[in-house]
Amino acid sequence: MSPLQEFAPIAVLLIIAVLVAIIISIISRLFGPYKPTSRKVSPYESGMKPIGSASRRYSIRFYLVAVLFILFDIEVVFFLPWAVVFRDMGLYALAAMGVFTLVLTIGLIYEWKVGALEWE
Amino acid sequence: MLQLPSLETLNMGAALPAISIAAWACILLLIDLWIPKDRKILTVYLAAGNLVFAFIANLLVFNQSGDSFMGMYVADQFSGVMNLIIIGTALLSIVLSFDYLKRVGIERGEYYVLVLFVTAGAMFMAAANDLILIFVALELLSIPLYVLSAFRAPDIRSEEAGMKYFLLGAFASAFLVFGGAMVYGATGTTNLNEIAASAGMIIASNSSTSLFLLLGAALLLVGLGFKVAAVPFHEWTPDVYEGAPTPVTAFMSVAAKLGGFGSLLRILVVGMSAVTMTAGEPAVWQNVVAILAGLTMIVGNIVALSQANIKRMLAYSSIANAGYILMAVAAAGSPGLANEATRGALVYMLAYMFTNMGAFAVVIAVERANGGADLEHFVGLGKARPMLAIMMVVFMMSLTGIPLTGGFIGKALVFATTLNAGLVWLAIIGVLTSVVSAYYYVRVIVNMFLRDAEASTEEATPGYSTGVQWVAAVALGGTVLLGVLPTLITVLTDRVSLVASITP
Amino acid sequence: MVVQTESFVMLSIVLFVLGAMGVLLRRNAIMVFMSIELMLNAANLALVAFARYWGNETGQLFVFFVITVAAAEVAVGLALIVAIFRSKRSINIDELHEMKG
Repeated sequence: MSPLQEFAPIAVLLIIAVLVAIIISIISRLFGPYKPTSRKVSPYESGMKPIGSASRRYSIRFYLVAVLFILFDIEVVFFLPWAVVFRDMGLYALAAMGVFTLVLTIGLIYEWKVGALEWE
Repeated sequence: MLQLPSLETLNMGAALPAISIAAWACILLLIDLWIPKDRKILTVYLAAGNLVFAFIANLLVFNQSGDSFMGMYVADQFSGVMNLIIIGTALLSIVLSFDYLKRVGIERGEYYVLVLFVTAGAMFMAAANDLILIFVALELLSIPLYVLSAFRAPDIRSEEAGMKYFLLGAFASAFLVFGGAMVYGATGTTNLNEIAASAGMIIASNSSTSLFLLLGAALLLVGLGFKVAAVPFHEWTPDVYEGAPTPVTAFMSVAAKLGGFGSLLRILVVGMSAVTMTAGEPAVWQNVVAILAGLTMIVGNIVALSQANIKRMLAYSSIANAGYILMAVAAAGSPGLANEATRGALVYMLAYMFTNMGAFAVVIAVERANGGADLEHFVGLGKARPMLAIMMVVFMMSLTGIPLTGGFIGKALVFATTLNAGLVWLAIIGVLTSVVSAYYYVRVIVNMFLRDAEASTEEATPGYSTGVQWVAAVALGGTVLLGVLPTLITVLTDRVSLVASITP
Repeated sequence: MVVQTESFVMLSIVLFVLGAMGVLLRRNAIMVFMSIELMLNAANLALVAFARYWGNETGQLFVFFVITVAAAEVAVGLALIVAIFRSKRSINIDELHEMKG
């Protein structure tokens, strides 16, 4: 059995799901009452009148947080393979990762001290 | 069980100058937080002290060739000389910066930390013997430079310079990475020596693998061409040089070139010298680099003719100078000429460093005294401040390549090796464009001495502060000394042999 | 089913060219930036494919560094974009024309 054939049941399932969804919406449209009013077709927003554009501008602070997050997020790229082979490499690996973590910590202290972590 | 490198095989001592700068930059970032705002001169001393330490350490390990980090980092005489020039650039630009930062109100300690990071990046680039380290070092050089260009932050021109430099620099490094990927795909290694060992065979086989290797080499050339501002990858240069704070312009016009050419020479000479169609012929990249060099010299010098702003003029002049250094790189493609060409390029870069730093020191002084760096601001400088004007004359003469200046020695060596390589047409372009360049360099001199300012010379602000004065004087000394006694540096560069380092 | 190395490399070349075209054609700084990321990740794909072909880890090692350095670039790039936006209220790179000559 080729790998493509292994996926055949999933493909059948997908097709059935799509078909069912289409058929149900057609049936309800055909047999259900359909009297649109302006209130019915407007998007629902907790009873409030929907105002403004959907794509609002975010505060610039979010970008700052994102930037800081990326830097400390990516370190996992190095931590993960290190953690996998850590047992085989012993003290040497610990020292190497110590240096790496130290550099990161310096960055964190700097961030903290200049106030980049403050929200206001 | 994994194979562990021991501390001895890491041999970090050989890389001490570069490592000390990178490590100290991290520590200085923290120390600076506790230095009060009105005593930032302390940060300058701490940064400069580290550079002096690295300079001395570099002299001590100068004759000890060795690999560090399992062949990734090669400490040889080439990186030794490069380190001396790079550290010198950083020292001069730090001294140049302090007064300027104070004057425009951006006196922040991070500036010096960023300069140290760039310095470390350039040093790692010059010594990197592995595509991975070349990439990381290139980014260590570039990313702080993006920030430095935008350092005068609320100033829109500076921000624009940073943004442009960033977008094009990142674009260029993407080319470099993809080129590295292709070379790795063709050879199965990122180590330059191992690439060299298999490159010749791959090219001879003339299979699809050789296509990958050539594509990779071309993309690496594009990536580094952006960094050294070679035509046709030079578009960013004038805008970035004009918008960035002037001391940063001075620093990056030299440091980025040094790093870029250091890596370019290593990649092409160490890694790709065997890429020839038939043994004994020049490497296949020679013609490509030669055409780039010719274009760079022509475009740089011709466009410089029409510039009214001295910073822009020096930007195009730096493009043109990249062309002259590329000429030496092209010559290095001929068999047996690699060492001679490398030495020529090194002397040229040293002379360019002194001359350019000096010229920018004068520009900073004029900016401070007359409020701008247009040609008009130089009018009457010969009368108002004769010392400054005379220094500028020497720097302009050196950039033109007139005898008794460092620029002449550099050009003479580069032209000689180009002729030896048989690239006569390239040498002719070089000489002709040098003659053309005399026009716009001499125009500065004419404006300083032969034109009188229209009565607007208010004798008020002192033209230059102590720091700028020192840099201009040191640069003048270096330029003249190199021109009169070139043996002082050739005694060091004569020991440089890139090719010897590929024979195991 | 084993995908051939050539297929990966062809895909990575296509992605790289798409990214390069994005850099040259897009006018929004963030879009240009994302195109650059696409180019870097195209290179990553090629590196991983070649690493499998050669059976050594050098390529994967390279990828780690590319990912990390790209993150550092993102940080600096976003900071620059925010700074430009604060002063100009626009991140269209065609409007960056304070300097001409």
